[in-house]
Amino acid sequence: MPNKTFFWFFLPTGLAMILFIGLPIISTGIQSFYAQHDQIVKEVKKCDPFGCTVSIVVDNEETTKIREAKPLGKFNGFGTYTDRNHLALDEIKKFWNETESFGAFIDQVTNLPFYKALIFTLTYCLFVTPNVLLLGFIIALSLNAVARKIRGPLIFGTILPMIVTPLVGSLVLFWMIDSQGIIGANIQNLMNDPYLSLKSSKTLTWITIIIYGIWHHSPFAFVVFYAALQTVPQEPIEAAIIDGASRLQRIKHIVLPHIYPVVTFVALISLMDNFRVFEPIIGFSAEGSAQSLSWLIYDNLVNEEVILFGSAAATSMMTIIGIAILLAPVLIRTWKEFKTAR
Amino acid sequence: MDYGLDTKSTRLKTFNTIFIITWLLIACFPFIWTFWGSFKVRADFFSRSDWWYAISAFNTLIETGGKFTTNAYTEAWTEGEFWKASKNTIIVTVFVVSISLFLGTLGAYALSRSTEKYAFWILMIALIFRAMPHITLVSGYLFPFFELQIWGILPTTIVVLVAINQPFTLWLLYSFFKTVPKELDESALIDGCSYFQAFRHIIMPVMWPGVITAGLFSLMLAYNDFTVTALLLNQENHTMVPKIQSYLGTNQHEGNLMWAVSAVVSATAPLFMLVMFFQRQVISGLTAGAVKG
Repeated sequence: MPNKTFFWFFLPTGLAMILFIGLPIISTGIQSFYAQHDQIVKEVKKCDPFGCTVSIVVDNEETTKIREAKPLGKFNGFGTYTDRNHLALDEIKKFWNETESFGAFIDQVTNLPFYKALIFTLTYCLFVTPNVLLLGFIIALSLNAVARKIRGPLIFGTILPMIVTPLVGSLVLFWMIDSQGIIGANIQNLMNDPYLSLKSSKTLTWITIIIYGIWHHSPFAFVVFYAALQTVPQEPIEAAIIDGASRLQRIKHIVLPHIYPVVTFVALISLMDNFRVFEPIIGFSAEGSAQSLSWLIYDNLVNEEVILFGSAAATSMMTIIGIAILLAPVLIRTWKEFKTAR
Repeated sequence: MDYGLDTKSTRLKTFNTIFIITWLLIACFPFIWTFWGSFKVRADFFSRSDWWYAISAFNTLIETGGKFTTNAYTEAWTEGEFWKASKNTIIVTVFVVSISLFLGTLGAYALSRSTEKYAFWILMIALIFRAMPHITLVSGYLFPFFELQIWGILPTTIVVLVAINQPFTLWLLYSFFKTVPKELDESALIDGCSYFQAFRHIIMPVMWPGVITAGLFSLMLAYNDFTVTALLLNQENHTMVPKIQSYLGTNQHEGNLMWAVSAVVSATAPLFMLVMFFQRQVISGLTAGAVKG
């Protein structure tokens, strides 16, 4: 296709992506170097028959004026990145000098908002991704073994958790697991502990959100693996059966190597999706004990008084860097393949 | 793998059946339970005293005189203004699907027929864009949108959703277009068609399955989106998903849980029906990207 034709065909979608994905990333980058204006205060002298007092009040007029003149806020450089709510360099230095043991230091650091969110996000990715791969593969193998006639409805039932939006999916589970729901109430009865509830324990909340993640993402892995299983050649399997290979051996030495590229694809996609975990935290109302990077950004953006653009943007930039680190191996591999192909 | 040589023992078969039934229960029961509970009153579905009330409908009988009640639905749709939210969802979904298919088919066709290096790089950039968490993009939009005073209205959200959707649509349609033999449009070009005519009259007619799949995925994205719609639309223009969240209540005002339950059912039912109808397309779409590896 000539370049000119390509240009006109690609222009609309290219323009949409540059304007609404490329530019926003740059806009986030710029915003992250600014912070909202401080409120301007003035001294007011109040005199009454008993004498004069000087009090400090917020000068609303001046504050509004400067906000309108410079809506982006004041330039803050890397200030937002290093403040207490983000990388918290000063605090970490302080903890390092003050705490006696390494454990105590780690404790202090993991209580800082950014590191807390980072640890939750990574824990979520670490537990959900491998389990999604495993469960998805087992379901695919197992469904592949049932009669063809009833597979349709079974597949439909299996993919339900995936097609609902994460907020709805987590709500539906939350209403059952909550202390007033069917599962929550029964667990209370079983454990004989009327105060046992999701909200009371941080560990329980984390486990619930991770289980939700596995429930929500496994169907995707299933669908891809199921389709890949249909393409596995039959001859080597038949040969293996004749040679007396067990079922497990057949899966390990024939099926898995065949679908290996697909496994990396699913792992990559689900890692990318898990890294942005956010809606389940709202669905499970788990803000108290579990915060993710995306949730931190959301929290800054729905702030009641002033929207913290700078703070949200700084967290966004660091999230993007995180995504880049996750994607780097894949991009490097593709680049190498591309170079050798030429 | 159902063929003669591979004989399964009865034990394995039973085990397999039990596993599938358990999994299906885990996957489907929450939805069935929510559907069942949406016809109860709050005191039953979220019972403080006994969860069995949700089945025996103890309070529903006292409050409404019947075992099932549609109060939650009528209230949510009228008082809760869920009708407005569903109207907004329909507007957003229809526009997002049609615009992103229009842009996506043109772009993906060009990518699949180009032999230049930049086509590869465009696809790579699209993959990176696909990985961006939506919330980070939203934090980039908010400030400029406030300044341009286009925040809160439906058209802005539609354009944003179309753009966010493009990388996936491009990849999906690209892999579909790759399966259409080049000779088909090349012969049309030799016969004197322009590229656009070849695209319009030769390629599009054979591409319907791919287009339907891509359309379904755009639909699911627009219909299910929470991050973009919750932050870029004002109260008045909220679509279904942010509306459901607003029923949940916050620290400041109490929500109405039963409205949320019935709204969840109302929002999920059309989606399930659609997927039941187009199941094959959904699955082929999910695997289209995977086959390439």
